[in-house]
Formats: sequence, structure tokens, C-alpha cells
Amino acid sequence: MKGKNKNDLHELKLMAVKIRKHIIEMLYRAKSGHPGGSLSAVDALVALYFSHMNHNPKNPCDPNRDRFILSKGHAAPALYAVLAECGYFNVKELNKLRTANCMLQGHPVCTYVPGVEASTGSLGHGLSFANGVALAGKLDKKNYKVYTMLGDGETGEGQIWEAAAVVAHYKLDNLTAMIDRNFLQIDGYTEDVLKLESVRDRWGSFGWNVIEIDGHDIKQILDALKEADAYKRKPTVIVLNTTKGKGVSFMENNVDFHGVPPNEMERNLAIKELNLEQKKLEASL
Amino acid sequence: MSKKVMVNPRNAYGEALIELGKKHKNLVVLDADLSKSTKTIMFAKKYPERFFEMGIAEANMITTAAGLASCGKIPFVSTFAVFATGRVYDQIRMDLAYSQANVKIFATHGGISVGKDGVSHQMIEDIALMRVLPNMTVFAPSDATQTGKIVHLMAEKEGPMYARVGRADAPLIYNKKNLNDIKIGKGMTVKDGSDITLIATGTMVEPALEARKTLKKDGISARVIDMHTLKPLDEKLILKCAKETNAIITAEEHSIIGGLGAAVAEIIAEKNIDIKFHRMGIKDIFCESGNPADLLEKYQLNEKHMVKFAKKLV
Ligand SMILES: Cc1ncc(C[n+]2csc(CCOP(=O)(O)OP(=O)(O)O)c2C)c(N)n1
Ligand SMILES: [Mg+2]
Repeated sequence: MKGKNKNDLHELKLMAVKIRKHIIEMLYRAKSGHPGGSLSAVDALVALYFSHMNHNPKNPCDPNRDRFILSKGHAAPALYAVLAECGYFNVKELNKLRTANCMLQGHPVCTYVPGVEASTGSLGHGLSFANGVALAGKLDKKNYKVYTMLGDGETGEGQIWEAAAVVAHYKLDNLTAMIDRNFLQIDGYTEDVLKLESVRDRWGSFGWNVIEIDGHDIKQILDALKEADAYKRKPTVIVLNTTKGKGVSFMENNVDFHGVPPNEMERNLAIKELNLEQKKLEASL
Repeated sequence: MSKKVMVNPRNAYGEALIELGKKHKNLVVLDADLSKSTKTIMFAKKYPERFFEMGIAEANMITTAAGLASCGKIPFVSTFAVFATGRVYDQIRMDLAYSQANVKIFATHGGISVGKDGVSHQMIEDIALMRVLPNMTVFAPSDATQTGKIVHLMAEKEGPMYARVGRADAPLIYNKKNLNDIKIGKGMTVKDGSDITLIATGTMVEPALEARKTLKKDGISARVIDMHTLKPLDEKLILKCAKETNAIITAEEHSIIGGLGAAVAEIIAEKNIDIKFHRMGIKDIFCESGNPADLLEKYQLNEKHMVKFAKKLV
């Protein structure tokens, strides 16, 4: 997808709105799933798949492709919507999320869905998987990059810190982790559930290059990704300061929308807000 | 009586890795600070660039192997059986079994004959844990020859697999001539017999062969089956033995729940076979520290007890 409308930030912003609308519709239809963490992840996914990453939906197994691993697998709707819009599969499939006989399982499965690299949903695995991909890349002297996105609450998992240590030990500068720092998990505010601060100091002390940005500013995300790719001899972690439920007013910073889908009224309201956002963007073109 | 040649199956693993490393440039090996015990150090010395020391971080090691496999590598992952399965169950379940990753776990120090380190290092649940996972192939080789062959078979067939061996040296049961008879999912009839079948796996095959000799003196003809593959299980051979002999004893250095004995019982029960049957294994308890021989005696897992159980059945 590289090279296509690369500088067209507007297109990317519009795509982000489109993805958010998909997410709302998918979860409404499925009557289950995770809106909050899907919505907060959208802008980074759009930046990766529609601008930054070198990938080809017609050849999902290209050995030279860049890889993205969604460690916070409950944001599957965001990933599915992005993959569908990229052309990995028909957008119509999105309507069948979480129904029997559909490839779109509640959490991503690599053996079912073209474009899905790893089967996640059990939190804490993604960085390790990315570690393996990055080690293989170094061994084979390939130029591909590997990206992964972790939830902030997810970094409570011990396995994340095993992986953080090993990735830094092997100086895997072909790997970039992103943390969706929305300050919420299920039982509440991350700092009340299990203190994470200072996120910057923790990762820094594990030997990582740390970049902190506004996780909803696509320009900042793209700049950070370029900086991460260029950084040598250390892996980079991009702390995306985000808002859980981003883009839908009543879902924003609302822990109740972690794992509860919108009802009909909420869905209508959400789509109305997102349509407004879309109009605003189109008008400013 | 000819003196037995003792060879450690772990060394056979190390040697097989070196042979395979030469043949398969995409074979990589991972270990978690136990390479001297698991013998992956042999590969590490020969192919340092393809050996990844992962530190004492087993969960990360398993998932890392899945990532490597997704890029076309054939990762062999080693540590003690207890850390290679129970500690990392979710990683094996999601990233290897469910994802059908081409990752091979080769675990050492399985069973209670690890001895003095005690329960923290004695794995008697691994076969059950691995067997219950869809897509998994599960092995417990009995001697060094078979171990080497099984390691080759693991490398050459696609899919997630688990193999466990014990810690101790083991008498050689097979030689080069037997190599072609070692096949995934095929039990081996090591010695024929007509009164009773002793179906053993891993470290229990040798005691079964010894028990057979003793039984013979008492006029009991025992058949010995080496069931090195626990999954897929050789149902055909089990049914054949059930038909041709009057009793079956299963023997494993593993819990009687979920392992070889349970798997054989499932088949016999479902086929409504009326046969005398006994499971030798650890009877739903944790064991303790001690000399391997003392432990095997205490938990009734040796030749002497096998003879006793066989006589009771026949
Ligand atoms: C190992 C594991 N434990 C628990 C869960 C249940 N769970 C799903 S999402 C979630 C909270 C995740 O919070 P965070 O990582 O901050 O994600 P986000 O806020 O982006 O949704 C939990 C506990 C899980 N999926 N996996
Ligand atoms: Mg969060």
C-alpha cells in the first residue's frame, strides 16, 4: 500500500472515520464485542495500513511484507475493518462478525483471516510473537519491519516484560511496539488497577527507545513510525496517548464501553456523530 | 546376560539437532537457560547464529517460536518438561496448537525419575496437557535410537509437536535396523506374546521388557508394545492386542489420568471390549524427592510391580 496518497492526511482521517463507523455497526450487529479499545486503536491502525507499512492485500504471505501483530486482540473489529478496507477480504464479511460459520472470530485468528498474523485474545502474547518475527528478519537479513500494538492494561502481563527484555537484548531495531495508552482497562483507571507509571521510565530502563505522542494525530503517528524505523540498535516503543472510545462522545473515557456493544439508540447516536465528523472533514478539504 | 548399552536420549536429541541443522537451514533452536541439560548446547556450539538463548522466560520463548515459525523457520524449543508445558500452557494453546504453528517442543526431565529435585521438577501431567490440545502430536520416546529418529520425524512433518524424555541414561532397545519401523502414530511390537499385552511408553518400555522375561519363567507370555506416539494413538494396534491377548497393562511415568493408560481405556471402553485392564502410573498424587530407583519402587513403577500386576490379571 506504500506510496498511495502518501501525503494525503485528509484521506487517512476520512478513513479513520469510516473505520469507526464500521466498528459501531459490527458491534451493534454482533451484540457483543469491545468498542472502547477498538475505537482508541483506529488512528494508529489507519496510519500503519494505509500509509506506513509495506504490505500487499493480494499477497498476504509475501515473505518480505511488514508485519503488524495486534496483541490487544479484543480490538479485532478495528483490525478486521482495516483489513477489509485494504482489500484483504470483502467488506461484507464485517457484518458477520462473531456469528457461526464466519471467519471473523471474536478475537483474531491467523489461520482463518488473510492478513491476520497471529492469533491473539489472550493478552500478553503479541510482543513475543513480534520478537520471533524480528529475530527471523535479522537472521534472514530481510528488511521488513514488525509492529505490534499492546493495550496499556495489557502490559500488566509478565510475558510482556519477558519479551521487552529479550527484544532489547537482541537489539531488534526492526521491531516497534505501540502502547494504546488510554488509561483504562476493565476494572477502571489503569493507575488504580495496577500502577503503570512511569511508562516511559519502565520501557527506557528495559533498553527501549521511547517516543510519546498524541495517538489520535495521524501526522504525529506517521512521523513517530518513521523515527522508529530509523532508530538503530534499540527497539522503539511508541506511547500513543489515546482516549478510550475515541470519536463517540458518550463512549469516550467511559469504562462501561470496554466490552459492551451499543444498543440501537446508542448506535444511531454514534453513527450520527461520526457522520458529522465526516462532513466536517469533507468540508475542510 | 549381555550387558546393556546405556545412552542418554538427551544426547541423541543434541546429535539429531546437529544433523538436522545441516540439512535444514531454516531450523532454529531456543532454550531457556537449560541448554547444558537439554543438550541444545550441542547445536548452539555448531550453529551459534541459529541458536537463541531466551533466558529464564519460558512464556516468551514459546510465543517467540511461533513468530519464528510464521516466517518459515522450524523452531525446536527446549527446557524441562514441567516448564515446557504447565508453565506455558496458554502460549502453547493459542500460539502453537490453535495457530497450527510449526513449532517443536522437545522437553527433557519428564516423569518422576528426575529424582532428587522433587515435585517442582517432576512432570507427570504433561502428556495429558498436550494430548488434550487439538492439532498437537505427542511423543514419549523410549531410548536414544528412537529419540533421534523421532526428532527427525518432528522436523520433517509440519505442525505443532511435543516430545518428552527423561533425565537418565537409558538402555538401548533399538539399533539402526529398526529405524524404518519408527513412524509417527505407529506403536511398535517390541516382543510378541499371547497372554497379556504390556503397553508402555517412554522410560517404562525397558521395565516392560524385563518384566516379560520374568513372566516367561512363570509360563506367562507377555507382548510388549512401545507406544512412543501418544497422539495420534495407534488405535488399530491396541484393538489388535485386545483381541489377541486376554489382558492389557499400560505403563507410563505419568499420572494415570489423561495419559497413555487413560487414552487406551477410552478406546477399550468405546469399543465395548471386555478385557482385564490395569493402568500403571502415578495415582493422582504428587510424588517427592529421592533416588529414581527408590521413587519408582515406592510408586510401583518398575519391573517388579509390573510382574505382580500382570500375574494378578492373567
Ligand atoms: C490473559 C488475559 N487476561 C484477561 C483478559 C480479559 N480482558 C480482555 S480486555 C481486558 C482489559 C484490557 O485493557 P487494555 O490492555 O488497557 O486494553 P484497552 O484499554 O485498549 O481496551 C481484559 C482484562 C484477556 N483477554 N486475556
Ligand atoms: Mg487501556
